[in-house]
Amino acid sequence: MTAIVDYGVGNLFSLRSSLRCLGLETEVTGEAECLRAADRIILPGVGAFGDARAKLDETGLVPVLLEEAERKPLLGICLGMQLLFDRGFEYGEHPGLGLIPGEVAFLGEDLADKALKIPHMGWNSLEIVKDDPLFKYFQDGEYVYYVHSFYARSCRESTLGVSRYGNVAVTGAVRRGNVWGTQFHPEKSGDAGLRLLRAFAEL
Amino acid sequence: MLAKRIIPCLDVRDGRVVKGTNFEGLRDMADPVELARFYNDSGADELVFYDITASAEGRGLFTDILRQVASEIFIPLTVGGGIRTLEDFDRVLKCGADKVSINSGAIADPSIIAAAAKRYGDQCVVLSMDVKRVEGRFRLFAKGGREDTGIDAMEWAVRGVGDGAGEIVLNSIDTDGVKGGFDLEMLDALAARVTVPIVASGGAGNMEHFAELFTHPGVDAGLAASIFHTRQVDIKDLKRFLRGRGVEIRL
Repeated sequence: MTAIVDYGVGNLFSLRSSLRCLGLETEVTGEAECLRAADRIILPGVGAFGDARAKLDETGLVPVLLEEAERKPLLGICLGMQLLFDRGFEYGEHPGLGLIPGEVAFLGEDLADKALKIPHMGWNSLEIVKDDPLFKYFQDGEYVYYVHSFYARSCRESTLGVSRYGNVAVTGAVRRGNVWGTQFHPEKSGDAGLRLLRAFAEL
Repeated sequence: MLAKRIIPCLDVRDGRVVKGTNFEGLRDMADPVELARFYNDSGADELVFYDITASAEGRGLFTDILRQVASEIFIPLTVGGGIRTLEDFDRVLKCGADKVSINSGAIADPSIIAAAAKRYGDQCVVLSMDVKRVEGRFRLFAKGGREDTGIDAMEWAVRGVGDGAGEIVLNSIDTDGVKGGFDLEMLDALAARVTVPIVASGGAGNMEHFAELFTHPGVDAGLAASIFHTRQVDIKDLKRFLRGRGVEIRL
């Protein structure tokens, strides 16, 4: 069973539907027991880093997530991926979960071409920089769907894939041990996204 | 870099797609779910659903359709039509919409933009505008383009973006339905004023019009309805054509 962590952040309709569409048993849950019983966990999220961290803290699930990440695959999506890092700089500095070394900063800070629009929203091609079982059914250069204004940096060692936006190589997919993350939304990336979720389900 | 987006728009009334459709091989040409599937398979980058129903029953049918589409199609879905309150935002977002497009509702109550952006994020709020030239100025129209509001359209857009609209759909009444090409002059005028993504609507008649559209760097997406529904332009062919013309496109 795949557990989707419900901590009151964002719309889980598409994520749940996409996993069901793949024939996967799925639970949207805020219960520690359910996360412990799950084969794998997905941490979703939209909104601001600090808010999301506070909401996640309120559920009391952080210690459970940290523990379970030692023994089963965990996938953070969008803001859920950003939370995996050491810290985020959206409206002040906030601690992340520290599961992957790196930080989450404003994309606009590093973009040289100020005419480029923020949020980085739409379909961008994902260049695989390190092969991984997550890409079992995914081809280098396929397009995935992004919506975000902050991005992970100083995380080269864990970076699996990037998308080019102006001069910035936007961190698209990461992994450290059992912990994976995608900045893009696989549940909104059409067939390519579904194939990525299928590979995650087989981990 | 980001790909330019091709977006078919489905107007739905009482659970059916209106505007003539002419698809061979579709069991029910006016079934929004079937049509959405077809467009998804053709490589549409996003789908827009406009609810043009007046009745409460029709509205219920619409959300049922939306839920069904969102359960099996995994690309961004934008929903518009009859959005006036935060409850309306809530209703369609819960059924799987990713973005909500607001038009007349924002004219009636401009504060809805800021309220929705604060609750759901800027990326969720799309400001849709019907615009027509009046006495040499771009003027904002309401009620599906029937009523001149007297508001300067460019000022309206700047204000909307300031309040948190994360994207603008610009529908030119002057070029809509003419199939002579998008309103490039109007789009350039808007692109010079706002920094959010711009979706061009109104005037697409052939593939060349899209190629021309995407030579304007301020435009992020092209939206059309009837030329896709009637299959005058096939999205698969269009995307290959644009790629051949050097446009960044998701195939």
